[in-house]
This record gives sequence, C-alpha cells and structure tokens, in this order.
Amino acid sequence: MSRKRVAGPALGATGILLFLLVWEAIPRLGLVQERFLPPASKVLVTLIDYFGQAAFWRDVGETMLAWTIGLGVSIVAAVVLGLVIGSSSFLSKATYTTVEFLRPIPSVALIPLAVLLFGVKIESSLFLVIYASFWQVLLQVLYGVADVDPVADNTARSYGLGAVARARYVVWPTVLPYLMTGIRLASAVALILAITAELVIGSPGLGYQIALTQSGGAVPEMYALIVATGMIGILINFGMRLLEKRLLAWHSSVRSEVVA
Amino acid sequence: MTAVKRVAYFVGLPVVLVAMWWALTLGPVNFYVPTPQKLGETFIKVWGGERFRTDFLPSVIRLFIGLVATIILGIVFGALIGSFRWLRSLTEPVLEFFRAIPPPVLVPLFMLLMGPTDQMRIAVIVSGSIWPVLLNTVEGVRAVDEVLMNTSRTYRIDGFARLRYLVLPAAMPQIMTGIRQSLSIGLILMVISEMFGASSGLGFTIVLFQRGFAIPEMWSGIVVLGLIGIALSLISKAAESKVLRWYRGLKEVQRDS
Repeated sequence: MSRKRVAGPALGATGILLFLLVWEAIPRLGLVQERFLPPASKVLVTLIDYFGQAAFWRDVGETMLAWTIGLGVSIVAAVVLGLVIGSSSFLSKATYTTVEFLRPIPSVALIPLAVLLFGVKIESSLFLVIYASFWQVLLQVLYGVADVDPVADNTARSYGLGAVARARYVVWPTVLPYLMTGIRLASAVALILAITAELVIGSPGLGYQIALTQSGGAVPEMYALIVATGMIGILINFGMRLLEKRLLAWHSSVRSEVVA
Repeated sequence: MTAVKRVAYFVGLPVVLVAMWWALTLGPVNFYVPTPQKLGETFIKVWGGERFRTDFLPSVIRLFIGLVATIILGIVFGALIGSFRWLRSLTEPVLEFFRAIPPPVLVPLFMLLMGPTDQMRIAVIVSGSIWPVLLNTVEGVRAVDEVLMNTSRTYRIDGFARLRYLVLPAAMPQIMTGIRQSLSIGLILMVISEMFGASSGLGFTIVLFQRGFAIPEMWSGIVVLGLIGIALSLISKAAESKVLRWYRGLKEVQRDS
C-alpha cells in the first residue's frame, strides 16, 4: 500500500521531466525551428526573468482583479437569484425556458457588444466574466434548492421556523455543496474569459501581453506567458479544492474521503 | 397541469421580455439597441443571403470537424491512459497543467505555428476542447466496477472486446459529461480563432460589423452564435438521452428498490 502511494507522485514527477526533455529535444534536434518552438530551458529562464519584473506582476494583478470582481459579482447575483427563483415553484417554472435559452449563448459572442459599450477597459472583461460565470453558479444553486429534502423542510415548518431561518438552516446546507461545485466551475470559466477579453479586446492584463508578444515576434516570452497562465489556472484550481474541503468538512462527500 | 398552463409557463417570460424590449426601444432611436422588428429584418437580410454560404457554413464546418476530432481523440487517448495505472500516474500532472491553461491563449501560439489557415482553427478547437473529454474518459475508465472487470477477466474477455462491451459503456456517463463541456469550449474557440486574422467566418464578420458600427448587423451575429449554442446544447441533450438510456433506467430502478 505504502509503495503505491510513493509511486504515484514519483511517476508524475518523471512524467513532467520527460515532457520537459521532449520539449527541450524537439527544437535542439531541429525537428521544429527554434523561432517557432524555443527549447524548454529557454522558456523557463524567460519565465523566471518575468517573475522579477514589476510589469509582469502588474499584468497578473490586472487579470486577477477582473477575475476576482467578476467572479464575486456573479456569485452574489447568482446565489440571490437562485435562492429566490428556486424557492418559488411559480418562478422556477416561469424562468425555465429563459434560463435554458440564455445559458448556452457563448459569452464570446458578446465581445463586440462589450467593446462597443465599454471600450478597452476592465469593464469589458468584467462584463464577459460575469456573464459567463453567472450561469454556472445559478444552475448549480437551482439544482441545490431543488434537492432540499421535503421532509426536513416540512419539519422545520412544523416547528415554526420562519422563511429566513429555514433558508439559513435547511436550504443553505443543502445548497452549499452544489454552490461550491458551481463556484469551482465558474472560477475556471472566469479565468478563461478574463484572459480572452484581454487577448481579443486588448484591455490590460496577461492576455494583452500575450497578444503583444505574438505580434512582436517575441516567441520565448509568449511561451513563458502561456505557461504562466497555466500556473495561475492550477493555483486557482488548487485553491478552490482547498476551499471546498474546508467549507464542506462536515459533508459526507468530504468526510468519506478522510475515512478512506 | 393543463396544457394551456404549461404553454403559458413555457412562453410567458420570453414574451414579457420581448415586449419590454420592444416598448423600451419605441421612443427616440437608441444607437446601441435596435428594435425587435429591425433586428428581425436585419437578421434575414444578413444571414439569409450570401453570408450564409461564405461565413456561416465554413465556421460551422470547422466547428464540426474540430469537435468530431476532439471526441475521437479524447476517447481513444483517454481509454489508453485510463487502462494503465503507470501511464496514468506518469501523465497526470502534465495533463492537469494543459487543462489549466485557458484555451484561448493557444490561439496566438497556433497562429505562429500554422498561420491563419483552416487547419490552425481546427487545431485550436481540438487543443482547447479535448481536455474535458480526455480527463473524463480517464476517470470513467479508471472507475469501472472492479467485480465486473474481474468477471470479464475470468471469462477471458479481453483486448478489444472488453473495451467495447465493458470499459467504454461503463465510462460513458462520464464521457458524455466531458463531451458536453467540450462542446461549449469548442464554440468559444471557433469564434476566437476567427477574430484573429481571419477573412471569413462568424467571429470575423461580427467584429467587422462592430468596427463599422453596423449595430443591428452586429446584434444579428450575436443571435446567430446564440442559436448555434442552443442547437449544440439540444443536440448533446438528445444524444445523451439516447446513449445513456440504459444508465438512466438503471438509476431509476436502483432508486425505486
């Protein structure tokens, strides 16, 4: 048992090493020209170089600012609307078609509209981020509210719990796991959209820098920035899982993991 | 619930919203928002004619090819990686990293490598949308019921037959989840790849309209993209209920018992 546990991460590290070696070898052996694919070592050196630059961190800050505000606004809006819509059978039936119609609209379709309304500013990124992540959270909250145990709800009613108390002690604990799933999905989507907005519209941030390095032919820099976005993605993913574990420590889905 | 009531619930809110839109644009001409009537006329004028062939079809064909390639490659590699424990451990961190990269940043990369060609756009679609399918297939294949696996081993069902009759069906619910996620990513990437140095396609056309301040035309393009998104989600829902009918049935039986 313990051997297996050691073998997993060790193999994973080997996998990363192998990947870097292949990446290093392809341009060195001349399979692909270096101006298209610089060797891994060069990209990593460039990336480390970036880590020392204030401008790089400012761009990261811009991207993360759009991410944070956008995600925050969409979570609050989606939770409030989701709870209101979900707890009324009239509202959930009446809004069903509209939600199902608006949800699959790809948020990138709104890029021209964002440019027109807000121009090359953070508002454009926010508009896209909020639209894209709102639906992810809203849908999960609606599922969560629908999953509330009717017996528990009726019991709370019989004991005379008011609407607010029921929302706090019956609905909220049921919704929370769904909500966390929604937030995890939305946090990835929000990053994608924040960077897309910068890339396509040109609002300041990492995406804009990638577009600049590409048009300027600064290839190692472009690769380094792409790797940096991947790192941000991994950090966000990791952070969300941690948060989920923390907030849902009481929930059976997390507790069973601890036992096993 | 009577049929009338159901229809009322179905169309009620959309009708109210369109009526509000219509009422709000009745007054002085709003530069940014066209009236419903104007948008409808523009929609037919723009997308009914030549543009349907020169912009709509190429985009949709690229998206279709990209998605089919995504699904095939994702399932093939996912089944391969999921079947071997060592291969899974070896590739997991690298794959997780690739999935964490926001797919649109790969557009400039592929522009550099392949130039503004159709192949580049298809490659972008595949490179971004393959991860949900691939990783879900890996997960699904890994989680195949141990008892079933051993049973088929005992009966010497192996190789392709085991893959076809046990592993893939068992992983199908997971795979379908992955496919559903990758459809929307594919659509997003189709649009973005066309906004970069293209000369045709939906993404290109919409940006063109926006730069020329052709507002009703731009809105009509947004509507087209929305309709494609809705069509994709309907198709995937239909496919899912067909492919997973046995699974839903099984769940229902389990719940009843």
